[in-house]
Amino acid sequence: MAKQYEFKAPILPYLLVLPQMVIVFIFFFWPAAQAILQSFYLQDPFGGRMIFVGFQNYSKLLVDPDYWQSFRVSTAFALCITLSAMTISLFLAIQANKKIRFASFYKTMLVWPYAVSTLVAGVIWLFLFNPNVGVIAYVLKHTFHVDWQYLLNFNQAFFLLTMAASWKQLAYNFVFFLAGLQSVPATLVEAAEIDGAGAARRFWKIIFPLLSPTTFYLLVMNLVYGFFETFPIVHAITQGAPGKSTGILVYKVWRDGVINLDLGSSAAQSVILMLMVIVLTVFQFRFIERRVTY
Amino acid sequence: MTAEQRINKAAHRTKVIKGLFPHIVLWLGIAIIIFPIYFIFSASSHTSAEIQAAPMPLGIGPHLIENYRQALFEGTKNMGTPVLVMMKNSLIMALGISTGKIIISLLAAFAIVFFKFPLRNFCFWSIFITLMLPVEVRIMPTYKVISDLGMLNTYAGLILPMIVSATAVFLFRQFFMSIPREIAEASQIDGATPMQFFRHILAPMTRTPIAAMFVIQFIYGWNQYLWPLLITTKPEFYTLLIGINRMMSGADVQIEWQIAMATTLLAMLPPVIVVVLMQKQFIAGMTETEK
Repeated sequence: MAKQYEFKAPILPYLLVLPQMVIVFIFFFWPAAQAILQSFYLQDPFGGRMIFVGFQNYSKLLVDPDYWQSFRVSTAFALCITLSAMTISLFLAIQANKKIRFASFYKTMLVWPYAVSTLVAGVIWLFLFNPNVGVIAYVLKHTFHVDWQYLLNFNQAFFLLTMAASWKQLAYNFVFFLAGLQSVPATLVEAAEIDGAGAARRFWKIIFPLLSPTTFYLLVMNLVYGFFETFPIVHAITQGAPGKSTGILVYKVWRDGVINLDLGSSAAQSVILMLMVIVLTVFQFRFIERRVTY
Repeated sequence: MTAEQRINKAAHRTKVIKGLFPHIVLWLGIAIIIFPIYFIFSASSHTSAEIQAAPMPLGIGPHLIENYRQALFEGTKNMGTPVLVMMKNSLIMALGISTGKIIISLLAAFAIVFFKFPLRNFCFWSIFITLMLPVEVRIMPTYKVISDLGMLNTYAGLILPMIVSATAVFLFRQFFMSIPREIAEASQIDGATPMQFFRHILAPMTRTPIAAMFVIQFIYGWNQYLWPLLITTKPEFYTLLIGINRMMSGADVQIEWQIAMATTLLAMLPPVIVVVLMQKQFIAGMTETEK
């Protein structure tokens, strides 16, 4: 490749990256370093003394049944959301990608919910399933005779959270699946059809393999969403109830830090979460050919 | 009817069903989306008593205007901040985050692509690493930084920590790299400074990616929840989402559901309008940047 033309200026580029770098350092690197540091100390909540305790904050977590429950429920939650939201979206995207009338209307109707915030999704489903006033809760109780008390019943709480979180994620997945499907060459699919391949066969043998980069990308993004971005839904719907059983990891960090003021433990949990994000990000960049190579 | 006719008829029927199938599925999908939102809308048209005496009426009641007026100008009894104030806060936060991100990312990408300087790789990777440090994993220490800087309950506190964007830097960097360098060289030969090149040539060329970024980041900003929850303790700085949460706290019987639901719908409106109006840029932006 020919040598690219570059401006020559000794100071200007530094001024240009300065705003970004200042914020990166003050609001990202410094707090992250603080979290790592803090995770090795015990501090009394009122800003007092710090006592170095080594890995004690971590070892406490590893033997804490609450932490493992939180870990298990987060994993189950992320997996259920990913599975349900991706399956439904893929199915809808396949239909919307067909040459049918009103296709663009359908697309708009299925894309706009991307703009609905996670909290709003939580509040909507909270209202529908509220045991006292919810319309669906009423039907469940009076038509199906379900003892609907999600704040007292883990399975019900988990179901409600998963539904709200998956509902919110449908539009996001739909956008990417649709874009992925549109890039599958129509001629290839038609050729298979002429050769006598049925719809299911065409899907599994041609479309699905060609769609795998999109699917893989969405898999990672949905897991990230399920693990890290569902705080508002838990905060709105269950607040961790019943007991602490639906307190996902991010919710637990927040509660232990902000409510219980257990800064050392909260910091250790932050560091563990950071490691999880790093693993997920590295995974994603290693397996998807991204254009961010330098 | 001959056998042949019967076969044709059966074939015709399967064809019709096959043709209808995608429509049925898509309408089901739309129903899944719309049905819950309809109930929110319905709830926002009833009185508190009607909702509490479950099941609430499923139609649209006569109290629509009254409820929205109360939501917009007064708020609920347990949370006296009116929607108009919170809408202003959400708008400032969303616009601050989206424009802030775009500006600092454009500048950073410009430096990284068009200049050669010793710390270029370092800067690039520093920005890259922020991808791995979402707010959720550094809640307490970031809160402490904001508190030490005296930025609790300020717009700067709401906006600044959110305006770093690796995604935006990558998108602009990608776009800049596709621009023929002869243009930069020519501008230099014509005596333009690098900043003049940036302002008068590069920035106008980048209109489309900027629009795409704006949609995505506006929605991102509008829908921030955890961060404002941490740093806004004064009602005059509540954003809409925080306001909704405050309206819903307390015992079920005290919640003014009709106002909370009206507020929820109002909170959905601005980002939805942005997505619908800019759908094309939005979809292009999503699938370009994030993949």
